[in-house]
Amino acid sequence: MKPTDPAITWLEEKPLGLTERLYLPLFFQGLSTTARHMVSRKVTVNYPEVRPTIGNPLIYRGVHRLNRDDAGRVKCVACFLCATACPAHCIDIVATESPWPDREKYPESFTIDELRCIFCGMCEEACPVDAIELTSLLDLTGKSREEMIFDKEKLLSVYDMTKDAEPMKSKTLAAGGMATFGPAPGSPAAGAGGHH
Amino acid sequence: MPTVIVDGKDIEIGAHERLNCIEVARRAGVEIPHYCWHPGLSVVASCRMCLIETGTRDAATGKITMMPKLVPGCQTPAKDGTVIVTDTALVKDSRARVEEALLIDHPIDCSICDKAGECLLQDYHFEHGQAERRTDLNPFHSRRRDVGPTVTLFVDRCIMCTRCVRFTREVSGTSELMVINRGSKEEIAVFPGFPLDNKLSGNVVDLCPVGALGDKDFLYQQRVWFLKRESNVCGGCSAGCSIVTEHNQDTVYRLKPRENPHVNKWWMCDDGRYGWHHLHDPARLLSAGRLVSSNDDHETVEWSDVTTRLRQDLSGAGRLAVAVSPMLTLEEAWMLCAVARSIDQQAALFVGHVPVSGSDESFPGGFTIRAEKCPNRIGVEAVVALFEPEIRGWNELVRAVGAGEYDAAWITAGYPHAWIDDTTAAPFGKLRLLVVQDLFESPLSKLATWRLPAAGFAERAGTWVNVAHRAQVFAAAVRAPAGVWPEGRLYWNMLGRRGLYDPAAVRRQIAESSAALAALGGDLPAVGVDLRVDQLASS
Repeated sequence: MKPTDPAITWLEEKPLGLTERLYLPLFFQGLSTTARHMVSRKVTVNYPEVRPTIGNPLIYRGVHRLNRDDAGRVKCVACFLCATACPAHCIDIVATESPWPDREKYPESFTIDELRCIFCGMCEEACPVDAIELTSLLDLTGKSREEMIFDKEKLLSVYDMTKDAEPMKSKTLAAGGMATFGPAPGSPAAGAGGHH
Repeated sequence: MPTVIVDGKDIEIGAHERLNCIEVARRAGVEIPHYCWHPGLSVVASCRMCLIETGTRDAATGKITMMPKLVPGCQTPAKDGTVIVTDTALVKDSRARVEEALLIDHPIDCSICDKAGECLLQDYHFEHGQAERRTDLNPFHSRRRDVGPTVTLFVDRCIMCTRCVRFTREVSGTSELMVINRGSKEEIAVFPGFPLDNKLSGNVVDLCPVGALGDKDFLYQQRVWFLKRESNVCGGCSAGCSIVTEHNQDTVYRLKPRENPHVNKWWMCDDGRYGWHHLHDPARLLSAGRLVSSNDDHETVEWSDVTTRLRQDLSGAGRLAVAVSPMLTLEEAWMLCAVARSIDQQAALFVGHVPVSGSDESFPGGFTIRAEKCPNRIGVEAVVALFEPEIRGWNELVRAVGAGEYDAAWITAGYPHAWIDDTTAAPFGKLRLLVVQDLFESPLSKLATWRLPAAGFAERAGTWVNVAHRAQVFAAAVRAPAGVWPEGRLYWNMLGRRGLYDPAAVRRQIAESSAALAALGGDLPAVGVDLRVDQLASS
């Protein structure tokens, strides 16, 4: 969308009203927020003795996983869009021609440097085939830097480990009646989802 | 002067220039989108993307008469009084319709298409296409068709501009590619048993405005937006084609021709295009080594020590002969001669081995692949002529060494292919000191006291003079591998000059010292300068 697009509505900030200009009403409004938090329920927990509860796994940004398709193959098509979107340059992909007839290319190697990652979730947003997702696994530890560089097998194993607790987000969203992007791989006819 | 009016702006063109509306509009800063038109190919006006409104301005009255229908800008000559209008609603709507039609049977597999990022279909759709779609478009996988050893065709991505077909008919003259079927079933194909296999085949990939033709050498290697581009000159032969080296993290991924009307126009040959793989060959020499007499092996010498120890060795060795390789840049050659003469004032300077393979190969489109497989023989000869009364070549050096006329030799090579056999190399074994600077091990480097690594073409900076005496200046695209000092850096340090190797400073110095090379003094244009023309002008 270009900035000149007529569909964009540009809003102006409202000028300050009398209450805003008087200062004191807003001062007490702010102070009341502080006071309310002093008496409200605590949200911090004694980690690691107490595990925090993940509110919505769909939007939580933890350890990455590489999803598998219905045939158990890596879903990734090696388009490099996650590596392009990544602001920390932590994704390294080597693409090659895929051995399957319905797929053009696939990642020969796919590594994420979890230490370099800033868990912004841009890779997940950029992925056109829902292959990379951030799980709600939050405690990520390792004994060496090398151990924290996750390769394709490791990322696929994260999927195998978490797929039951956290099904693929696209499926969860589709079940909730939300629109999905593009057809499922391997089924060219399944193009019901609109291409926006 | 004939005047053309582009979107209300008067543009003067040359009296004898034959330009179409796209070219004139470009001079006015207006880009008319086009797929099928290419300046190096015939006009077919089939893609309909360049449709514009035209008219004529009456020279006497100034009255403008417009044509009622849109015309293709590529096919419409611009002459005095031609009026070109590109920004009307009619033109914009026409472009959007063309884009819409092209997308109906396009796979829209941009995310896995190697062309994404440099695709005209993408760019024009963003610029001229419409935001909403009126058809139900579903991405699908393009069919793949193998059309030759270097090129693969993604049939469904094609928009049938036929640039590739015209290229094989008009420029390479091989006519392998053709259009089969008619109407919306049109496809590019080859006859069974006649693949796209000629020395210029890679150009069809550059010509393809979309992702239909893929270069097998580059396919899936890298997304184009990761690549950095550096203007270079091809070192494959003495034609010296202007190229762009596309690289990322000091790895070259592909070479592309750079438009130069004086040298290669828009093309380059496959020998040059795929002739960069030796840069990343693991067999390359990657350190400076000096022979240790006790175990008959080369020990690695730190570069900071090479400059002094090499000079010591050479000064104590006696009569010195130097082969100045035609792979070196003008600046490197000049500094090498200066280094040699600073060590031994009588040092004999020879032009190094000039590899020749077959004979010149010309194509109907005016492109020639030269038999001389080195980029700078003329430049090196011009440099050696500044130091020596007569130019002597490699054969004379081999004969003189065989006759025992010299005690030490410094052979610069840097050839990407094997260039010397044991018989030719044998006489060099008798020398008291032999310095060999090369990309790979060779029979000669086995005999060497000093074995120095050379830089590859994309790692050099300087000037090359091609077969037509055109000097082109270029910068290094990638850094030489760890452990390799490019020749320029070594000679710069051996001359005792401070700071980083600066080819421009050396070039200025050469230009000041020689009338024949005076044209190299200033900033050279991207297309280079013809040294002979400049000599004619100054004489």
